[in-house]
Amino acid sequence: MKLYEMANARSGDKGRGANIGVLAHSDKDYHFLVEHLTAARVQDYFAAMNPGDVVRYELPNLNALNFVLPTILDGGGSRSLRVDAQGKALGQVLLEMEM
Amino acid sequence: MARSIRIGNAQGFWGDSVDAPARLLQQQPDLDYLTLDYLAEVSLSILARQQSRDAHLGYARDFLAVVAQVIPLWKSGHQTRIVCNAGGLNPLACAEACAALLREAGVDKRIGVVTGDDVLAKLKGDGSCPNFSNWETGAPVSTVLDSLVTANAYIGAAPVAEALGQGADLVVTGRVADPSLAVGIAQHEFGWASNDYHRLAAATIGGHLLECGTQVCGGISTGWLDLADPAQMGFPVIELGEDGGLVVTKPANTGGAVTEWTVKEQLLYEIGDPKNYLSPDCRVDFTTLTVEDQGNDRVAVSGAAGSAPTETYKVSATHRDGYWAHGTLTIFGRDAVAKAQRCGEIIFERLRQAGYDYPRKNIECLGSNAIAPGVLPPRDSGEIVLRVSVAHEDKEAVERFAKEIAPLVTSGPQGTTGYAGGRPRATPVFGYWPCLIKRDRVTVKVNVL
Repeated sequence: MKLYEMANARSGDKGRGANIGVLAHSDKDYHFLVEHLTAARVQDYFAAMNPGDVVRYELPNLNALNFVLPTILDGGGSRSLRVDAQGKALGQVLLEMEM
Repeated sequence: MARSIRIGNAQGFWGDSVDAPARLLQQQPDLDYLTLDYLAEVSLSILARQQSRDAHLGYARDFLAVVAQVIPLWKSGHQTRIVCNAGGLNPLACAEACAALLREAGVDKRIGVVTGDDVLAKLKGDGSCPNFSNWETGAPVSTVLDSLVTANAYIGAAPVAEALGQGADLVVTGRVADPSLAVGIAQHEFGWASNDYHRLAAATIGGHLLECGTQVCGGISTGWLDLADPAQMGFPVIELGEDGGLVVTKPANTGGAVTEWTVKEQLLYEIGDPKNYLSPDCRVDFTTLTVEDQGNDRVAVSGAAGSAPTETYKVSATHRDGYWAHGTLTIFGRDAVAKAQRCGEIIFERLRQAGYDYPRKNIECLGSNAIAPGVLPPRDSGEIVLRVSVAHEDKEAVERFAKEIAPLVTSGPQGTTGYAGGRPRATPVFGYWPCLIKRDRVTVKVNVL
């Protein structure tokens, strides 16, 4: 089962890093993700893109998790050579994770 | 029932739909205020280039086309007041250009101008100030002092409220923080004290949801493909109450959607610690919010908790960082990924033989999961867009790279096509330099023309 089936996501740039908001579809999905979609797991998933020390914040009121990946943008939105210099696609990339 | 006002947004960034502001006013004639956001980190460095060529420039000139479209509506009785940061590096010149358009049309509207966010001289004059060190890397500002192009403090809502209080119908600012445009409107309308943090937090949430235009109406949402009538996607409107009550909606008969999901996604857009969202007006805790979908494209957001802001303003500075170029070619056919990758390597091999090396270069085979290199498994495809990029401090080296793409049209694999865009241009790169400044070092001014 992919993350896509239990959550929405939205990502964008924050300086040299990016954030990815993950919004669980239900209370049950949220509790599952709190347990299984850890900061370490996300950091490991994005390891090839040099995400830095990933921090996870919990928003139980919205059934949401917010991940900050402090160095994933290869220099940041204004100087990264990558086509996705601003990390707009990272939400879709994370939703492809096998849970 | 508490009094409430309607605030819309019809410009999420510089480059958004030019027709949207006038269209939103026609769709929502009872709109009290319209906010327009033109400034991102790099926008100011682009404006600096324009201002260096002509001292009367340095603002988002697209805004003049917006004013020209709004003038007939104002003449026909629309009362909506506009608050925007289109002033960029030169709010006064922007305001004067607007005033000329209004005079010519015989429209009597007052224009408020907010200045003082430009702190470039302060950074240049005090290269040893630890606050000016890059907060991401810790590097001192002395390392970029000679190449600094812009430095603007994210100032808050107070000057917007002051300009409206002095009777401005149109407020033109520079780097006011995006949500503070809406907060300033609320402070003016409701007379909230500057330490009424819970209500300021509610308005900040409203401003945060508005600031990216259609993004809260279904734009970039996970469920985008299921949206109704996306070509007519509505721009957002908030109803903000004197008590801090907040409803997000959009005009009737527009496309897209405002739902629990579009609002929750946008709440999390470009935020860090949700317990400590920092604006110049207050800190906001997002973990106490309740989002209630009322149906019919109406979503209430309540429970915002605010507290005192920090002693400093965030400064967004930019500095020259050499040049770059990006070139593309399309490769179609068998083994397209391998062929495209080899084409990219050939470009750099030829450049190496010509004596050029690049501190930063990149090959992307778009169509093969190149968006997240090494994260997603490479995907085979018979149709690839090869994107090659370099950055170098020497413009000539980047221009030399730009000449090395076209030769593949005849020496590359069969199925090489799509060079119609022509030779890429070497353009300046601007590094981003986030730092802080003590509030008392920033002198904000309000003038009403």
